[in-house]
Amino acid sequence: MSPDPVKLSAAEAIERIAAGDLDAGALFSAYRERIERHDGELGAFLWRAGDAPAATDGPLRGVPLAVKDLFCTEGVPTTAGSRILEGHKPLYTSTAVHRLAAAGAPMIGKTNMDEFAMGSSNENSGYGIVRNPWDPERVPGGSSGGSAAAVAAGLAPWAIGTDTGGSIRQPAALCGIVGLKPTYGAVSRYGMVAFASSLDQCGPLTRTVTDAALLLKHLVGHDACDSTSLGLPEEVRTPARSDLAGLRFGVPSELGSSAEGVEEGVGRTFDATLELIEKLGGELVEVGLPHARHGIAAYYLIAPAEASSNLARYDGVRFGHRAGNGTLLDLYEKTRAEGFGDEVKRRIMLGTFALSAGYYDAYYGRAQRVRTKIADDFRTAFESCDLIVTPTSPTVAFKLGERTDNPLAMYLSDYCTVPMSLAGIPAVSIPAGLAPAADGSGPERGLPVGFQIAGPAFSENLILDAAHALEQAIGFDVTGALL
Amino acid sequence: MIDRDQVLHVARLARLRVSDDEIERMSRELSTVLDHIEKISELDLDGVPPTSHVIEVENVLRPDEPRDSLPPERALEGAPDATPAGFRVPTPGQ
Repeated sequence: MSPDPVKLSAAEAIERIAAGDLDAGALFSAYRERIERHDGELGAFLWRAGDAPAATDGPLRGVPLAVKDLFCTEGVPTTAGSRILEGHKPLYTSTAVHRLAAAGAPMIGKTNMDEFAMGSSNENSGYGIVRNPWDPERVPGGSSGGSAAAVAAGLAPWAIGTDTGGSIRQPAALCGIVGLKPTYGAVSRYGMVAFASSLDQCGPLTRTVTDAALLLKHLVGHDACDSTSLGLPEEVRTPARSDLAGLRFGVPSELGSSAEGVEEGVGRTFDATLELIEKLGGELVEVGLPHARHGIAAYYLIAPAEASSNLARYDGVRFGHRAGNGTLLDLYEKTRAEGFGDEVKRRIMLGTFALSAGYYDAYYGRAQRVRTKIADDFRTAFESCDLIVTPTSPTVAFKLGERTDNPLAMYLSDYCTVPMSLAGIPAVSIPAGLAPAADGSGPERGLPVGFQIAGPAFSENLILDAAHALEQAIGFDVTGALL
Repeated sequence: MIDRDQVLHVARLARLRVSDDEIERMSRELSTVLDHIEKISELDLDGVPPTSHVIEVENVLRPDEPRDSLPPERALEGAPDATPAGFRVPTPGQ
């Protein structure tokens, strides 16, 4: 008897389809039915595809893909989680979605997200919350919360999201799946609704490291439509390593298990994973990232500054929501007041302030210098190690509503992921185990803990190899939260 | 610390209409976040160049070849208010 196709990883599904043991259309329909049945309670999807598309002979064999709702899709609503784009149908398709469709991964739905990717809990969506499939009273993380929850709950075999300061890695960690942020420039940003252009990067959210490599392989490449896109210098390989011999893993004290704000359970799981690295033949090296603790400060100046500029386009003139019937200024101000949610307004205000006359040098200018120091720290650290490891999130999934009244507490969710974003380097989060919440609440079995592995720019193959070896040794059950 | 007048000034720059409730809340929330951010003023950053791009790239050039662009009627499809000639907006006058 063949196993439930929904429990197969995407790579396994591709193999079975290629061998004629599984029908791609039936797989699409099975996921489609699951979305219909379960997404009412989860809230992961903002748009759902209709019938299964025609068969494809592309290398991804028709295995369906969930797409964060900030990738433009021609003729298909694209809202970026914002009411200001309600009903908006783009005139073109993003390069990432186009490339994956061409490789044979049809879109099964568009996923919920924090508005304009600003958030770490998915509670800032203009279209409702997303629940964590491990505990429906908790957040899935954000901003790619819908993509992470959909994959963890088995409503999609894999998904793409975007990561600006942790928006792929943190929700992947909180939902117990794999999430990869590639090197800045590895994947084209063309057709991605812009948040912070110097940081935004598209990447996969999957149940296995092999699936992440497979999606990445078909995502990367230079694109004439994005002059910052570079691709990767070598082809993405299928990760095969089962040991870590010869690899040096840097453990930064600033972002380790004893760092401020890291929950005891998260710290314990992190330390246990370090032991596992040694058992697999890897060497642990102490490294310093002395400026990493300033990452959040620099990030929350640079990202809002870029956002305040990028979001100037939502003015009620060319597309999207329009309000006001007085003068042009009245139209701008009312359209934006009605269309944007609280967090987006907060960041536009913060960014506009940081760029305004008299404050530019003290805030934005300084933040860009701190960014240089953080990137230098990584460069120095990588002289004595091959990879750097940290917890992905200082805490397990927190309760819905717990941090909504405290923006700073929410921002600190990104403490361990923001430094890599500022440095433009790749990092993956893999599920390392289950741990209880700090206050002992939540399900008895615990909640997922993510383990982050970062490497120098363009080291995706090495990161994925190491992640694969660890994944095999950890043996985390990624079907543990299937609805 | 960001006071009421600064909130109003920045909101005007950002083309955001803010209600009285929002002014008070934004002043409080932005001040909390800026207090944390102020920590970077302690750092000695003399002689440190600002990051302009995280991955070193030279100027990226492509051949300057004409190609088709969106026809006007397509570009106007999503407009809240359009005429055949373009996007319609109210007078910028007072």
